[in-house]
Amino acid sequence: MKPVHVVEGRAVPLERSDVDTDQIIPSDWLKRVERTGFGRGLFSEWRDDPDFVLNRPDFVGASVLITGPRFGIGSSREHAVWALMDYGFEAVIAPSFGDIFVNNSSKQGLVIVVLDVTDVEELTALVKEDPTRLIVVDVDRQRVEVPEAGFQRHFDMEPLTRDRLMNGWDDISLTLLREAEISSFETTERAPNLEGIFDDAGHVL
Amino acid sequence: MTPPRTLFEKIWDEHAIEAPGEQTLLYIDLHLVHEVTSPQAFESLRLNGRGVRRPERTLATADHNVPTDPIATPVSDPISRRQLEALDENCQEFGITVFPRGHENQGIVHVIGPELGVTQPGMTIVCGDSHTSTHGAFGALAFGIGTSEVEHVLATQTLPQQKAKSMSVTLEGNVRPGVSAKDIALAIVSSLGTGGGAGHVIEYRGDAIRDLTMEGRMTVCNMSIEAGARAGLVAVDDTTIEYLRSRPSVPQGDEFETAAKRWRTFVSDDDAAFDAEVVLKAEDIVPSITWGTNPAQVVSLDGVVPSPEKITDPDERATTERALAYMGLTPGTPVREIPIDVVFIGSCTNSRIEDLRVAATLANGRHVADGVRALVVPGSHRVKRQAETEGLDQIFLDAGFEWREPGCSMCLGMNPDQLGSEKRCASTSNRNFEGRQGRGGRTHLVSPAVAAASAVMGRFASPEELS
Repeated sequence: MKPVHVVEGRAVPLERSDVDTDQIIPSDWLKRVERTGFGRGLFSEWRDDPDFVLNRPDFVGASVLITGPRFGIGSSREHAVWALMDYGFEAVIAPSFGDIFVNNSSKQGLVIVVLDVTDVEELTALVKEDPTRLIVVDVDRQRVEVPEAGFQRHFDMEPLTRDRLMNGWDDISLTLLREAEISSFETTERAPNLEGIFDDAGHVL
Repeated sequence: MTPPRTLFEKIWDEHAIEAPGEQTLLYIDLHLVHEVTSPQAFESLRLNGRGVRRPERTLATADHNVPTDPIATPVSDPISRRQLEALDENCQEFGITVFPRGHENQGIVHVIGPELGVTQPGMTIVCGDSHTSTHGAFGALAFGIGTSEVEHVLATQTLPQQKAKSMSVTLEGNVRPGVSAKDIALAIVSSLGTGGGAGHVIEYRGDAIRDLTMEGRMTVCNMSIEAGARAGLVAVDDTTIEYLRSRPSVPQGDEFETAAKRWRTFVSDDDAAFDAEVVLKAEDIVPSITWGTNPAQVVSLDGVVPSPEKITDPDERATTERALAYMGLTPGTPVREIPIDVVFIGSCTNSRIEDLRVAATLANGRHVADGVRALVVPGSHRVKRQAETEGLDQIFLDAGFEWREPGCSMCLGMNPDQLGSEKRCASTSNRNFEGRQGRGGRTHLVSPAVAAASAVMGRFASPEELS
């Protein structure tokens, strides 16, 4: 994945709570075997509505999504992250997130920022007041800023998540460096595997 | 002496390869794979020249997008067909056992693992599906992962994980007659909220959980994710052991007894401390239904559609108004007066033989109401064959239900079984999100008993109402 140090751009306020991954990318889009092209499916059931916030000309080209609590709950589909990033989002700011969505985001380099509800509301108000305002999400300094409005907030991030984002580390390469440890662990007593249970055609032996 | 540990901690400790910093490298005993969240992972393995480390700890099945039409009918949607073919090809290439559409062992991934006995106590189990929490009913640590993590497990048989916190949800006392495992699950989700379990692994405890069958425990653990928790657990007891006995993938005879002795250690120690504790009174739980667009929006079957004006918090009021508008419901309407268009009995929550028996008992000698479409989708071919041996298929067909082939089906509307726009469905599945069962569809989550009774009455109903 590409390293991320700072996300700078305009923001879109999606003022809803409990936006689940079925809303982010409906299941019809999950039949594809590719990893790209999901941006068109982002929030597709809401995008038919011309008043939906993503359809408003003011917010075209934004790279930061500001939204309500429990964003990304529900299904484990990583397609939700692919859709957000393919559309052009590089960071999401909300009071809380679904756990699996946060994990999936960290693998793709989508920056997840948790701020207090009141801070998210203030940020939302600033963006609604003037959609051209520049939002800065600084991963290195763990800060969200709206320089033009004097808004500055610190956000928490696990040090490892931050390192991985800033270095663009690939988890699998890191784990494979520990091949010897894994092999050694596998020699200890482990739960049974499937050997001898099914034949080549998957029938029980 | 080691300090008392929770069941979660015991499994964690047995699988932690090393815990140097914030994350532990966790060994994965069993990786379940399906067609939807795996193709991009296999493709990435190929691009990076990597293999599958332990194909013998990996098991694949087609479930999410398979049509539930007779098996002889070809898959008409070319994109779905391509995805199903990709699963077969990938498993062939990497040496993984796969159950394609129509295979005797094929079914919903969270139904086949337990019924084949590949799901065993004390294991770590992952799958690219959030309802992997289902397997926790066996005292296994089981959780859903995304496609990048699927790839990671394929390549390394491990996952770097941050240790979750532990939460006990204790159901004190016993449930009243007529209260099902699904009602318990809905009560728990409603009580915790959609984010209440976030960051936690829940262990379900108490007499009302102990009294459940394995099917019932799976229903409860299945919906852990609906409360935001990654995993749910139930400690191993006689019920667990007896379910596993004689399953195809467990040892037989003396070897089984040896295994069972070890499995019985997968319980929380008496004085083990949880990071959070929640206690619910089992006798307060009633047959329930969701009214809104998230699974925590639950009301008693005897209740009425909620009124937003009674809600003081402005955000919650707006959320309620939005959900009511989507669902096409008027505040104050008694639940039992709401007519339905479709009934769906199926999904990894409620498609096991016990669920079908409950529904068939109520359907027997009765008929689906005029204008209602009712589908029964068994969780697997094994469930389907068992039901047919017991004659349940004929009961359903005589009563006007459709008897279909196994798969996830209308739970998530990826296959042709879709709920039409503004159609109202009594569904035994797990999510009532907007558009979940089909664009514009209106989902109400219910137990198999309520689903069957509602099919007959043409409106939400309980079994007692059937003459």
